Amino acid sequence: MSQASQTSMSAATLATAPVAIECRAITKEFVNGDMVTPVLRGVDLEFPAGEMGFLVGPSGCGKTTLISIIAGILTPTDGEVTVFGRDIQHLSAGQKTRFRRENVGFIFQQYNLLPALSAVENAAIPLIAAGLPYREATAAAAELLSRLDMGDHLKKQPRQLSGGQQQRVAVARALVHQPKLVVCDEPTAALDAHTGHRVLELLRAIALSPDRAVIVVTHDNRIFEFADRIAHMDDGRILDIERNGHQRIPGASGATHTATARHGGSHHV
Amino acid sequence: MNRIALQMLLGDRAKYLGLIFGIMFATLLISQQTSIFVGILIRTAGQILDVYEADIWVMDPRVKFFEEIEPLPDTAVARVRGVPGVQWGVPFFRGQVVARSTDGMLQQIMLLGLDDATLTGAPRKMIMGNLEDLRRPDSVIMDRDGFNFIWPGEEMKLGKVIELNDRRAEIVGFCETTPPFVTTPVVYSRYSNAMKYVPPRSKQLSYVLVKAGEGQTPEELCKKITAQTGFAAYTWREWAWKTVGYILARTGIPINFGITIALGFIVGSAIAGQTFYLFVVENLKQYGALKAIGVSNGRILLMVLLQALVVGVIGYSLGIGLAAMFFEFAGKNAPALRGFFLPWEVAVGAFVAIMTIVLLVSVFSVRKVLVVDPAIVFRG
Repeated sequence: MSQASQTSMSAATLATAPVAIECRAITKEFVNGDMVTPVLRGVDLEFPAGEMGFLVGPSGCGKTTLISIIAGILTPTDGEVTVFGRDIQHLSAGQKTRFRRENVGFIFQQYNLLPALSAVENAAIPLIAAGLPYREATAAAAELLSRLDMGDHLKKQPRQLSGGQQQRVAVARALVHQPKLVVCDEPTAALDAHTGHRVLELLRAIALSPDRAVIVVTHDNRIFEFADRIAHMDDGRILDIERNGHQRIPGASGATHTATARHGGSHHV
Repeated sequence: MNRIALQMLLGDRAKYLGLIFGIMFATLLISQQTSIFVGILIRTAGQILDVYEADIWVMDPRVKFFEEIEPLPDTAVARVRGVPGVQWGVPFFRGQVVARSTDGMLQQIMLLGLDDATLTGAPRKMIMGNLEDLRRPDSVIMDRDGFNFIWPGEEMKLGKVIELNDRRAEIVGFCETTPPFVTTPVVYSRYSNAMKYVPPRSKQLSYVLVKAGEGQTPEELCKKITAQTGFAAYTWREWAWKTVGYILARTGIPINFGITIALGFIVGSAIAGQTFYLFVVENLKQYGALKAIGVSNGRILLMVLLQALVVGVIGYSLGIGLAAMFFEFAGKNAPALRGFFLPWEVAVGAFVAIMTIVLLVSVFSVRKVLVVDPAIVFRG
């Protein structure tokens, strides 16, 4: 039995699970002078809460652009994005910043830890940014890092940590403020297979709950087993959505590519 | 987030020290050159400022600055004393004479002749000897720098004899004065004695020094003196500024120093600016990560400004400290620089200039941060 099937929720739970991410006809074009580059060409996507969803596809297919839109970093050219019921493409820049601060945790391919800060300070940044006093923020971050087996490395700076340890600090930073949505961009790209598995295990164990979701952009098929569902992308479109690595749900232009019990029916799952 | 901003700054030691050095260098250049400029200006009016007893300087209307003398007739003193409101008026001589030491060394000196009765305009600080000894025949008092200039390395000794325009003069005292614009020895003598050292002319009187009477403002009295005698009369402050203004207008000093100060400003700005800009640009991804995490642009702006403020204040403090040390050291060890100091106005001005540089650079640099797409963090 796969890791995902061990930890995913039952069909009954799925039937009532709230939708974490809902994208409707998302398009995104980048304009450079007279040149218009379409990156997303009408993406429809739903991921339910309580699951870990993967976005996979070749380089340049629009995965990163799509998660940037879902995370409230980029604004789509057209279409609608709802994250945990909140329409985010119409938020002002300040509201988006606040939305990210309160609701989104990020894990980056290159970790993007601040080199001058210790592990615990790096992990505490979202809480400090939210206005929590330094002492309280670092205490909460220290507790979480200890759960991630990093209790002995709290005061170390990123350069003193291995890649896996740095990624665990990044995981702590993404989770310390208990966001509803965790966005991971190639979280295992710089890690060996064992360390990558460990990071994903931790992520599933700590980040997932019925009212939260994790979305992972990856090329790394070694970690596909951790996905509850996998959306295959190419050329700015969702090709199909695979449920638990068993069943493919073919995509169709303009159709809703959903595998949730609510939309797709339990026979898809 | 302030703590994080400071840790980001201090975490990169090389760039942090580079920034501090750039700002320190700019501060040193600006404050040191400006202070020397101010010192030179003060020197041009040094002999005016040293005469603390008189309110008013009276002179020929054609005189443009302190060192250019158009002599007054001897009767001028009596005419000035006759103006209502004048408490007292005394003669004052200023001239150039050639001094010859017993070992044959020739040196141009500035000779100041003081009123025989009151010794008005006498040096304020005697280092050796007694001012009253000036009343002895052929006696003169020389400034310390003048002595060191004529007899370098020799110990100051009273009773040394020199010739002023071939007439005997005995040094009965050594004093401290504001060094003159041109580094020449300053020699004080009684007015009547000074007349023996200069070639005879029909008119010898350089200035009449005046004290305003009770209830009489110097400015009003100047007008009265001019109206009644036809001589030019200035308060000591006006006369000092007139002299400074002449030097500024008629010499290349302001342009040369202005260029140096401007270069200091530009070079300092370039060093500090480039380093700070690079610091910000190289941390762009970190700022991008902070923005993605949800740190607002306003907060990031404050972080960058705080970093700029910290390096600005530390760099300025070191630079101004070095400038102060320079003047302390140079004043004691280089006679040509004695009297130069770091005016508090220059220190304040340099602080304003440095903070302006730092803030402009940080605002320029932070523009890049504010427009950086947080999606930058998704690019490997």
